[in-house]
Amino acid sequence: MSRNRPFTPKVVTANLLREGDVVYLTAAGDWSPDHSAAELLTEAEHANDRLALAEAQPLRVVGAYLADARPGPDGRPEPVHFREGFRATGPSNYAHGKAHEVQ
Amino acid sequence: MYRYDDFDRAFLAERNAQFRAQVARRLDGSLTEDEFKPLRLMNGVYLQLHAYMLRVAIPYGTLSSDQMRVLADLAQRWDKGYGHFTTRQNIQYNWPKLVDIPDMLDRLSDVGLHAIQTSGNTIRNVTADHFAGAAADEVADPRPYAELLRQWSTDHPEFQFLPRKFKIAVTGAPNDRAVTRAHDIGLVLKERDGQLGFEVLVGGGLGRTPMIGKTVRDFLPEADLLPYCEAIVSVYNRLGRRDNKFKARIKITVHETGLDEIRRQVEERFAELRPLFDGTALQVLDDLKAQFAPPAFADSTDAPVVDPLLRSWVDTNTAGHKRADHAIVTVSLKAHGATPGDATAEQMRLMADLAEAHAYGELRISHEQNVILPHVPRAALPALHARLREAGLGTANVGLASDIIACPGMDYCALATARSIPVAQQIAERIDALKIEHEVGHLKIKISGCINACGHHHVGHIGILGLDRAGVENYQITLGGDGSERAAIGERAGPGFAYDAIVPAIERLILAYLDLREGPDDTFLDAYRRLGPAPFKAALYPEEAQDAA
Repeated sequence: MSRNRPFTPKVVTANLLREGDVVYLTAAGDWSPDHSAAELLTEAEHANDRLALAEAQPLRVVGAYLADARPGPDGRPEPVHFREGFRATGPSNYAHGKAHEVQ
Repeated sequence: MYRYDDFDRAFLAERNAQFRAQVARRLDGSLTEDEFKPLRLMNGVYLQLHAYMLRVAIPYGTLSSDQMRVLADLAQRWDKGYGHFTTRQNIQYNWPKLVDIPDMLDRLSDVGLHAIQTSGNTIRNVTADHFAGAAADEVADPRPYAELLRQWSTDHPEFQFLPRKFKIAVTGAPNDRAVTRAHDIGLVLKERDGQLGFEVLVGGGLGRTPMIGKTVRDFLPEADLLPYCEAIVSVYNRLGRRDNKFKARIKITVHETGLDEIRRQVEERFAELRPLFDGTALQVLDDLKAQFAPPAFADSTDAPVVDPLLRSWVDTNTAGHKRADHAIVTVSLKAHGATPGDATAEQMRLMADLAEAHAYGELRISHEQNVILPHVPRAALPALHARLREAGLGTANVGLASDIIACPGMDYCALATARSIPVAQQIAERIDALKIEHEVGHLKIKISGCINACGHHHVGHIGILGLDRAGVENYQITLGGDGSERAAIGERAGPGFAYDAIVPAIERLILAYLDLREGPDDTFLDAYRRLGPAPFKAALYPEEAQDAA
């Protein structure tokens, strides 16, 4: 993250190590396939702490990173960039994205 | 077809056992992800946008019915019931679990298939003309040479950490169906004074900096194939840039060093290497030629073709076989609205069965993401077509506007900057709705979801490149590209189009071509070459054309 840019809200996302599924870190510290269940991180320091928590679980998840998110109409996070939107909902050619199945 | 010997089977079993142990050590924490990642990539395992992806090599695109059935088994048992045939004659599974992949690799090894060197900075799957061994225009079958190259390059100790990935394509026909001019090494079989040899092209490639390969040797005797290829890769390994990933392919090395200097260094290295090749490779090549001998063709007769759907399919999806009483059948994996290159497990099994019943048990995968039955007795065409139609595989559109190449794009690929699959689906559906594709005729549309150009957009008659412009999908159009023996890189037409504007833009382009052409034999590419870009740009950007008027 650039120090010059103001912090924008984030979620922590990763893939499950064994299965590969896209998952999101919840406020309770669990991993959910549902983007809207993610903890919306509004402060940089807290976001970095949560990312560190994810990275400390190498036997559970792989490739953790902070992804831009914003509060949706119900206050729960929704993706900002279309790439994260596709990760959250699955591919557009088949209705079988893993996250899609749980919604 | 090539049959694995004891050495191959032992090698593969050992390699799979190694990978199984590596996965186990990753799962128990003995290996970190940084340590494990290069190991999984060496075995074709990527972590993509939604899940792991396993890329399985289909050497030179040739499969037996038994191998196709195992690909179906993998799709059904460990994936979501389908596989995706790629633009490099491979198959990708989009949803495997890491814990299952060792079992998948073992199952593949039962029929002599693997995922080795389908990733990483190594020599990748050697591709070939998908009509090899069957085409009427063929000088010789390129597959024995492709298999020789596969054996030479697999686990080659000097070439496991090249500056960047390295792709070789071989064709045995003057009509280039293998896009040899867009490969790091392109090999074109030729006959001169009764001797077989190769025109050797080097430094072709698409991606960020597209380039057409250049002839480094006009005629290389077949006996010198391995030492000469080893010389090229050896020179590249030494000169290729490792400081900048985007300048690391051999096309940049050739461009920066100059073809004459590359040729001088290759010939110098070749002179050193040639004495080290003791003739074993030639014995192997002789064995391979015997293994790739044509099947025992049975005489056939022309079947009556009365049904108009059958007539259309025969006209569009079959090609001339070297025997007049046989045909090469291309099974389209491009039903209008379907995902280009995808086949379900059931469809794979059907094609395997049909190949066994009607095509001597052989199948091919084309870089254009279709399946080929290379040797079909003409009398079998009606029965074959009927079975294919029942399974949704009877679309008569090969070589037409809806026979679109598309990479997985942002629906699956972690590198993508935009989607390509839904664009292909919508273009195909629109073309089908207009009922114009048979009138339009030969037209290659190719779509890539990022600048890496896995969808070969640079050599599409119409190329589409999906980009991320300030967080929004945007699509650039290139015109006049050609992947054939008259290879050319397409020219960018102008500003890009939004996701919801790209399909109408392509429609305007195709309708404009119909107005501009001199007749049905004046193909889109011919018309573009004759007229230049101006009238096509006017169709794409009508407001600008109006302003200029």
